[in-house]
Amino acid sequence: MKRAVKRAVKPAVKPATRAESVDTPTPTHGLSRRGLLGLAGASVAGIGLGVAGDRVALAASTTPETASATAVYPFYGTHQAGIVTPTQDRLHFAAFDVAAGTTRADLIELLQDWTIAAAAMSAGQDIGEYGAVSGPYDAPPEDTGEAQGLPTSGLTITFGFGPTLFETADGVDRFGINSRRPPELTPLPHFPGDDLDPDRSDGDLCIQACSNDPQVAVHAIRNLSRIAFGRAALRWTQLGFGRTSSTSTAQATARNLFGFKDGTANIKAEEPQVVTDQVWVSSADGPEWLAGGSYLVTRRIRMTIETWDRTILREQETVFGRTKGSGAPLSGGTEFSEPDFTLAGRDDQPLISADAHMRLAHPDQNKGTQLLRRGYNFVDGNDALGRLDAGLFFISFQRSPAQFTDIQLNLAKNDALNEYIRHVGSALFAVPAGAATGSYVGAPLFA
Amino acid sequence: MPRVIRSASLLGVGLLGVSVLSGCVANNPTSTHTALTVDSSQTECAVSANEAPAGSIRFTVTNSGDQVTEFYLLAEDGLRIVGEAENIGPGLSRDLVVQLAAGNYFTACKPGMTGDGVGKAEFTATESDAAATVDVDLAAQIDTANTNYASYVSDQIDQLVTGTDAFAAAYLAGDDDAARTLYAATRMHWERVETIAESFGDLDPKLDLREADLEEGQNWTGWHAIEKDLWPAEAEADFEAYSAEKRASLTAQLVTDTATLHEKVQGLTFTLSQQTNGAIGLLDEVASGKVTGEEERWSHTDLWDFQANVDGAKVLYAGVRDILLQEDPDLAASLDTEFAALQTLLDAQRVDDGFTYYNDLTTAEIRDLANQVNALGEPLNQLTAALVL
Repeated sequence: MKRAVKRAVKPAVKPATRAESVDTPTPTHGLSRRGLLGLAGASVAGIGLGVAGDRVALAASTTPETASATAVYPFYGTHQAGIVTPTQDRLHFAAFDVAAGTTRADLIELLQDWTIAAAAMSAGQDIGEYGAVSGPYDAPPEDTGEAQGLPTSGLTITFGFGPTLFETADGVDRFGINSRRPPELTPLPHFPGDDLDPDRSDGDLCIQACSNDPQVAVHAIRNLSRIAFGRAALRWTQLGFGRTSSTSTAQATARNLFGFKDGTANIKAEEPQVVTDQVWVSSADGPEWLAGGSYLVTRRIRMTIETWDRTILREQETVFGRTKGSGAPLSGGTEFSEPDFTLAGRDDQPLISADAHMRLAHPDQNKGTQLLRRGYNFVDGNDALGRLDAGLFFISFQRSPAQFTDIQLNLAKNDALNEYIRHVGSALFAVPAGAATGSYVGAPLFA
Repeated sequence: MPRVIRSASLLGVGLLGVSVLSGCVANNPTSTHTALTVDSSQTECAVSANEAPAGSIRFTVTNSGDQVTEFYLLAEDGLRIVGEAENIGPGLSRDLVVQLAAGNYFTACKPGMTGDGVGKAEFTATESDAAATVDVDLAAQIDTANTNYASYVSDQIDQLVTGTDAFAAAYLAGDDDAARTLYAATRMHWERVETIAESFGDLDPKLDLREADLEEGQNWTGWHAIEKDLWPAEAEADFEAYSAEKRASLTAQLVTDTATLHEKVQGLTFTLSQQTNGAIGLLDEVASGKVTGEEERWSHTDLWDFQANVDGAKVLYAGVRDILLQEDPDLAASLDTEFAALQTLLDAQRVDDGFTYYNDLTTAEIRDLANQVNALGEPLNQLTAALVL
C-alpha cells in the first residue's frame, strides 16, 4: 500500500482540543487519503478550506441548553474517554475484523484516521474537509450528515484491541505485534451456562460510542465504519439504551430490564484511588504500551423477561437481594446502605439469601475485587418464539481480565439470577491509554 | 436446569376466609382496595385505621425499628394467622394484601421475630358489598392435597428407578437402539417431578446437567452425557464414542444417584406454597428449556420433557383446584381453559408412543406452543397469591 499523500490543509475552525504541531506524526491535519476515499468514494481535490459543520456552534444557537445535550468530553487525554466518563444514556458498540491483506502500515493508518475522525466528532464537528453538506457537487458528502443540528450530547469514542489482532485463531501474527501482546489478553474461558453465538462475540478491534443522543452515537459508528471500508469490516454491533449503571456519584442508579437497580456498588469516578487500583493498567503491570489503559469485557446477556415478568415479587426480590422499589438491600436501610449479609430472618435464614445476585457480585464476596460497569439495556426486536430479544449488554472495564473472570465464575455457578438469563455474546479487548494531541490511539503499541 | 422451589418457609396454614386478589395483569387501574399503613417500630405497631370495609385491604408495613420485623393479621381468637408479612429489614416496607370477610381481627407486629410481639390491637372489617365469602374447612382440603402430591412424587420416582435400571442395562450391553427408545420415556418420570428433584442440591447437576452448563474441568455425568453418546450425529467433529469403561462408570453413577434421589423423596411433605410454586416452576422449565429445544440438544426429544413438565404441573394444579374454586373461580376457569389448549397443541404432535422430534417441528408450530405456554403461565403464576398468604 502506497503511503497516501497528505493534504496540508489547515482547519479554518480549530477544534479546541486540536493543537497545531509540526513535529507530530502524519497525518495530523486530516484523514489519510485512504480514509477520505472511504468517505467519499472518489478523489477529493485539495481545494477549498475549512472544516464544515461545527455542530457545537450550531447547537448553541438553536438548542435549549441542557447538561446532557451540551456535554463535551475531550477525545485526547491521559486515558481514553468513555470509561470513567459519567455514563451517557445511549450506546452503539461495534466490533471489527481487520480485512485480509491489510498490512501493519494500513492498520496504523486506520487508527490514525479513526483518531482524527473521533476527535472531530467528540468535539461536535462533522468529519472530513467539507463535512456533510458541502464540497464537490459530484462527490458524495464526506460526513453522512444525520448528526447535523444535534448537540455534542456527551459523545465519547473508545477504541480497543482484541486478542485476534495480535494472533489469529490460526496462529498468524499479521501485524508483527504478538510479542507485545499482554499475557492476559486471551479469550475468556467458558463459563457454566454460556450459550455464545460466535457471530456476536470477539473481534480484532472494537469501538464503543456513547452519547446522550442515540443518533449521535450511531453517527459515530456509521462514519468510523465507512472510514474503515477495505481495511476493517463490522463483525457485530450492539445498540443500547438506558444505561444500567452509574459511574459518577452525581448520577442516580438506573434500572435494568428486570426493573431492578443493579450496580449500586459500582466504581465511581469520584473514587480516584479505587479507579487507580481496579481500572487502569499500571506500568508495573505491563506491557508498557498498555499503561494507562484498561481491559474491556462485553457480554450480551439475554433475559427471559417473559418468565421473569410472571415471577412473584417475593422471588424477584430474593433473587436480587434488594427491594424492587428503592433498591435497598433486603437487610434494610436505603439503596446505599451497606448490606448486612449475616442478618437473619425467619428460620435463621439470611435476609439476603446465599445465592442472591447482589451478595455474589459484592466486593466483600470477591476479595474486594471490583469492576467498573458501564452496561446498557437492549431490545433487538423479537425471536422466532415471539419473545422480546431483550437483555443487558454488559460492559466492564478492569485492570486485569482476571477480575471479571473470578467474579463471573462465581456468578455463573451460584447466582439465582441464572435462571432468567443467558450469556449469548462475549468479547475481551485491551483498551490502550488515551492519545496525546497529534498522536493516535494505540500509538505506543506500534512504536 | 434448576428451578429450585423457593419460599419454602411460606406457611400453608391459616387460610381463614382469606384470599388475595388475583386474575390477569390489571388493565383497570381503578383502585378497589382499602390502603392502610402500619408503622412497626421497636415498641409500637401503629395501623392507620382500626377498621375498614370488608373486601380487599392492603397493609403497607414499614419497619421503623432497628430489628427485622413481622406483621401479623390474626383471626378473632387472636391466634390463627390470617395473613402475615415477614422478614422486613430495618427501614424497608412491604405490602400485605388480603381479602377479608366482615368480622373481628387483630393486628400485631413482632420486631426481632421472637416473643409475643408488640402493639396487638383489634381490627374490624365492616360489612360491605365487596365482602369475601367465608370458607368452611380449607385446612382439611389442603392436607389432602399435600398428602396426595407426596404420593405422586414417590410413585414417579419409583418408576424412574425402574426405568433407569432398564435403560442402564441396555446402554451397558451396547444395545443402543433399546437405550434410545427408553431414554425419553424414562426421563418423563424425572421431568414430571423435576422441581422436587432439583431441590436436592448437587443431585440435579449430577443427573441432569447440560453440556453448556459445565464449568471448565468439571466432570460431566448424568442423562445428557449419555444422550450425546447415543445421538452423536450432531456432536463436534472430533467427538469420540465413549469407551466401555466410560459407559460403565456413567451408568453406575446414574443408577447410584437415582437411588439416592429415591431415598431422599421418601417421607417428604409439602406445603401449599410448595405445590403452587412447583406448578409454576415446571411451566417455567418448559418456557426456558423445552420450548426452545435446549434441553435435549442431541436427541431432540424435547416434547417428551415438555409433556412431562405439563403433566406434573397439571397434577399440582388438580390437587389445589377444589380450593381454588372456592377462592377464585374465575382463575380456576382460566387455568382449565389454558391447560386444555396447551394439551391440544401437544396432542397434535403425538407420533406412536411419543412425539415429533423438536428439530422436525416447524417454526410456526414451535411459536404456537411458546405462545400457549405464555398464555397458561400468566394465570398459573397467580396461583400462589390466590391460595397462600
